[in-house]
Amino acid sequence: MGKKILLEHAEVPGIQGYEVYREKGGYRSVEKALKTMSAEQVVEEVKTSGVRGRGGAGFPAGMKWSFLAKPEGVPRYLVCNADESEPGTFKDRYLMSKIPHLLIEGMITASYALGANTSYIYIRGEYYYLIGILEKAIEEAYANGWLGKNILGTDFSHDLYVHPGAGAYICGEETALLESLEGKRGNPRMKPPFPAVKGLYDCPTVVNNVETIAAVVPIINDGGEAYANIGIGRSTGTKLISASGHIKKPGVYEVEMGLPVEEFIYSDEYCGGILNDKKLKAVVAGGSSVPILPADLILTTANGEPRLMSYESLSDGGFQTGTMLGSGGFIVMDETTNIAKNLYNFTRFYHHESCGQCSPCREGTAWMEKILHKVLAGKGSMEDIDLLWDIQTKIDGNTICPLGEAASWPVASAIRHFRQDFEELVKNPAGLDETRYYYHCNNINPEVA
Amino acid sequence: MSTEEIKFSEESLALVKKTIAKYPEGRQKSALLPILHLAQAEFDGWLSVPVMDYVASLLDIQPIEVYEVASFYSMFNLKPVGKCILEVCHTSSCWLRGADDIVDHISNKLNIKVGETTADGMFTLKTVECLGSCGSAPMLMCGSQYHEHLTFEKVDGLIDNLRNENKRTTYLDEVKVENY
Repeated sequence: MGKKILLEHAEVPGIQGYEVYREKGGYRSVEKALKTMSAEQVVEEVKTSGVRGRGGAGFPAGMKWSFLAKPEGVPRYLVCNADESEPGTFKDRYLMSKIPHLLIEGMITASYALGANTSYIYIRGEYYYLIGILEKAIEEAYANGWLGKNILGTDFSHDLYVHPGAGAYICGEETALLESLEGKRGNPRMKPPFPAVKGLYDCPTVVNNVETIAAVVPIINDGGEAYANIGIGRSTGTKLISASGHIKKPGVYEVEMGLPVEEFIYSDEYCGGILNDKKLKAVVAGGSSVPILPADLILTTANGEPRLMSYESLSDGGFQTGTMLGSGGFIVMDETTNIAKNLYNFTRFYHHESCGQCSPCREGTAWMEKILHKVLAGKGSMEDIDLLWDIQTKIDGNTICPLGEAASWPVASAIRHFRQDFEELVKNPAGLDETRYYYHCNNINPEVA
Repeated sequence: MSTEEIKFSEESLALVKKTIAKYPEGRQKSALLPILHLAQAEFDGWLSVPVMDYVASLLDIQPIEVYEVASFYSMFNLKPVGKCILEVCHTSSCWLRGADDIVDHISNKLNIKVGETTADGMFTLKTVECLGSCGSAPMLMCGSQYHEHLTFEKVDGLIDNLRNENKRTTYLDEVKVENY
């Protein structure tokens, strides 16, 4: 284990700049693709690699690329989703700040494969400081002939731009991102048509996460098969995991798919164990949207198999006893954490971030926040827990975009596995720090709640 | 302020032109978010109706198209704010590592509640949702700068520094990226 293919050179001094990056083998994938491969061959390599969308959905990237419509005379676009907003996820920020040329190189190679002459990196507004880093890397790429007209003397020309968002979780959803890139509110679009047919400016468009695009570089350099040999089963390659919460060594770790979760949490190579040597209580393994699991179920599946860092192993058992790899936002909670309080935090987040387009999400997230707020304020009843369950079932599956599910799953899983934490708050309201929760709530009048 | 009095500096106007050129012809509306960022940074940290109308005129779109966008995104301020907005992340990972204590500390120190501005117009305190700094929690953002692994002492030092510098911080400020 411990194989690094994306972050191998991330700590090399000067790797942010073009010279060092090139010395370490940078831009070889562009050379290889443009000079020795057809666009279709590049797509085939990505298909062979089995790399799956790293933003959270896990859809095979090569297949997504092959869906791209190619009508005559219509421009096609590649858009990089750098809107990283899923709570617990900070890997793209790390990658872009440490080794920006890797993303630029991936964008050029991927654009060649897709026949896109213009591409955009849509980056969340809060990462404004990274725009300067990316634009400097782009400038260097232009100056060295990797961008612009007739790259490497071929007839492939490409322009690459960075576009800032302005604070909206929903813009990480690909159609909301495209709306935002067109200068509108980030309201997700109905699908179909999918972006592959009608995306940016109604043109065929592929939207890929930063990490997915970066993975194109080693895939083309070493071949799709070599990439597919890394990892386990249908979870090929490596994954960047953002580790946070109650652990000794928070940070971004590149892990080979198939690493046991237990090793990831307790080994000194990764998280280094639980902070202050407390006991592990729960983990949210793939960003706030995925089901939370108690310690026993995150370490081993319901069948007693060791749980691994892979799409299949983490989802083993379905939502009854499993979860999802998601974006790789790995949030660890120790024995002192009340899961109902953490859930209040998540529901407040989803209420705040709902775009307001679909009633089940707009109203439902508000109700869920309000009910949890009431429970936390010591005014809850046992019926409230059932009501909360009922509301989440009515959001799940009834909205245009997956934010509805993202808001429902944390609620369902928290009640499923940690009902006692809710009951404890209902039974012993005296132990609660009431004012704090009123105080941090922007939406609800404490007098009314 | 009437619309006539509002005008970007020459430097910013050049940037506006450069930004619009990133998008295909006739798609200049795509430049709305970056130009609103620019406007907020240049015109006292918030977007007044005349400022938004001015942006609409630059992009040749209807004012309502600007209002509906400006009101959607959380980074745009539609009311006056302090010179420095202390945006404390309070989502799960930061909350687990004591974000609430940081908010309370700033609130007590500056004697303002979340959402309020100090009487001298220097600081506004805000809580925000996940800024992607979960591994360096707790954290706050001021302008474009992330302040991470916060302690009360660090927060005190930061507030002192900002007060001494007495400058408006904006999202467009250049940031030196230090050890991540």
